[in-house]
Amino acid sequence: MTTMTIAKAINEGLRATLSNNPKSLLMGEDIGPLGGVYRVTDGLIGEFGADRVVDTPLAESGIIGTAIGLALRGYLPVAEIQFDGFVFPGFNQITTQLAKMHSRSNGNLTVPVVIRIPYGGGIGSIEHHSESPEALFAHTPGLRIITPSNPHDAYWMIQQAVNCQDPVIFFEPKRRYWLKGEVDTESAGPAEDPFKAQVVREGTDATVVVYGPLVPVALAAANAAAEDGRSIEVIDLRSISPIDFDAIEASVKKTGRLIVAHEAPTFGGIGGEIAARISERAFHSLEAPVIRVGGFHMPYPVAKVEEDYLPDIDRILEALDRAFAY
Amino acid sequence: MGATHLPSTEFDGTELDDQLEAQAEAALGVPSTEMVQLLGPDGTLGTDSVFSEYAERLDAEKLRGFYADMAAIRRFDQEATALQRQGQLALWVPLTGQEAAQIGSGRASQPQDYIFPTYREHGVALTRNVDLAELLKQFRGVSNGGWNPKDTNFHLYTLVLAAQTPHAVGYAMGIQRDQRLAAAKGVGSDQGADGPAEPKAAVMVYFGDGASSEGDVHESMVFASSYDAPVVFFCQNNHWAISVPTAVQTRIPLSNRAKGYGFPGIRVDGNDVVAVHAVTEWALEHARQGNGPVLIEAFTYRVGAHTTADDPTKYRESSEEALWREKDPLDRLEKYLRAEGMADEAFFAQVAADGDELAAYIRKSTYESDAPDIRTAFANTYVEAHPLVAEELAWFEEYSAGFAGGDEGEGAGR
Repeated sequence: MTTMTIAKAINEGLRATLSNNPKSLLMGEDIGPLGGVYRVTDGLIGEFGADRVVDTPLAESGIIGTAIGLALRGYLPVAEIQFDGFVFPGFNQITTQLAKMHSRSNGNLTVPVVIRIPYGGGIGSIEHHSESPEALFAHTPGLRIITPSNPHDAYWMIQQAVNCQDPVIFFEPKRRYWLKGEVDTESAGPAEDPFKAQVVREGTDATVVVYGPLVPVALAAANAAAEDGRSIEVIDLRSISPIDFDAIEASVKKTGRLIVAHEAPTFGGIGGEIAARISERAFHSLEAPVIRVGGFHMPYPVAKVEEDYLPDIDRILEALDRAFAY
Repeated sequence: MGATHLPSTEFDGTELDDQLEAQAEAALGVPSTEMVQLLGPDGTLGTDSVFSEYAERLDAEKLRGFYADMAAIRRFDQEATALQRQGQLALWVPLTGQEAAQIGSGRASQPQDYIFPTYREHGVALTRNVDLAELLKQFRGVSNGGWNPKDTNFHLYTLVLAAQTPHAVGYAMGIQRDQRLAAAKGVGSDQGADGPAEPKAAVMVYFGDGASSEGDVHESMVFASSYDAPVVFFCQNNHWAISVPTAVQTRIPLSNRAKGYGFPGIRVDGNDVVAVHAVTEWALEHARQGNGPVLIEAFTYRVGAHTTADDPTKYRESSEEALWREKDPLDRLEKYLRAEGMADEAFFAQVAADGDELAAYIRKSTYESDAPDIRTAFANTYVEAHPLVAEELAWFEEYSAGFAGGDEGEGAGR
């Protein structure tokens, strides 16, 4: 076991990937000598060279599009999009090309591209640097979307993403880049399926489903609720597409109440999808409607008011109060 | 890491510009704005200081082959249009007028090269040995690409304009890395230790004058230039992006744009199969040898409609079409072949007979081309197992089974 931050864990995961697979390569803006704006690729160009750690022109569609071409030639590209809000120039390539290539080629072609995107708010940044666009991609068949919430997952899930034959969008919770935790880098291989959720705190009275940056928030809310005598189960979703509905269903059948929280706007979001599915699967186990906690239906607000926008401990506790009121 | 990797951030722009311009012009021997033409509309062969030597390599058999290919794909085009009129195809995208641009360039490619078409490159598909019946499946609505690109190195058609251009550049970046990985292992160069070396490869990507306005073309050219990627950008300027003339897309010859990216741009008479072949051979070899990208603008004309759903009488004069018919790519090669005694009546009769045979084959295979099972779509959405797809497929099976037994199955779905 080694203690490291999420940023360092991704860095180490990428280093392991580059070492283990000569066809893997990283590409993106400022990922070379600078090591990325968050230093996630720090030092890698020195170890692996400019052919494998590619500083690209400043063009997101070009980054994703050339990554697709490299994948068609047998490479395993890991493309970095510098910030969540800047993925949209590459949106066409991701949704009309990357997501559909395997299907439209009748299974003849595979495009195992990984797209790393730092996402989410809470860092006091300027416009377009704090967004959570995961639902836009989750709505697109052909893509897989995963997001780690801790260093151990970060280290392993980035490697699993590269090894996956489908395109994977790897959302990195940027405000947790400096969160430290233990990483088992020694084990022969990861035991955890990256597309399965994990119960990170067991409880009996209500389930809170979260992912990425909100996992520590939900755990803190569960601790606070415990003081009121409520036993809250917290599930770290880990995978946004596919979603591990079996894990949520099993938990809800035990607890009878479900809260889903994410930073993205609730309307049309992942929470709505979970609410619908769980209503179908566990209707008779629910003691209360599934309640969503999330961003408001507005463009991500200016930094000085983002605390009012972002789900926090109190917002989750308030939702729990409503669930328990039924 | 660090210093040796860092590029200089300062250069004399004027000097660089002059240098690149000089390089391009020295390599080509012609100013890039002039149009390369060898076989004129009257069927006589002209000369070009750079490209005549490529034309001289073409013997009578090659030239007859070009004619046969162009005639075959024109006949195919007519047959596909007829099939659309009969309701056998949902849509057809005619290429008539662009045969020389496609056959000339496609025949200049080598098997190890990889081709990214847009959606009108039926002639290029023919040169890459794609089964033309497979090609119609997309337009019949039974497949999004009936052929396996790995068999022919001819990628699927891409309908989102210019989206394939960065794929081509990425693929070319992969070829560069393959060569460096092979070199590091001591193979893949001219004399490999582990047997014969892989032939050097390049990528060619097709797009049109309309698509040239898409941002993906710009980004692709920036990437290709920055990394000296072995890619040939082949732009068929057919003068009309559906109803919008080229003048709305560009105020300068499209080939001139290459200069802005720092690589050669050549405008070629796109109705002259000899010149197109020569220019493309030169460009692909330039790319294969590691000299970076080339832009070719094939100056041609879409004689027919954009698609079978289009009506050119709404936006252009028939006199313009007539003018271009006089520059027909097949007519001029036929004149040349006859004048030089390279082809006789029997040859042209055989070409016509082959066309009839192709048309019959296309009709038959289209009539017989049935809808796939939607289960294949479930199977091909992801490579690896996916629980949501599995759940929805299971529901679909249960639902479908409800209809299998007639009345007893009614209401079995949910």
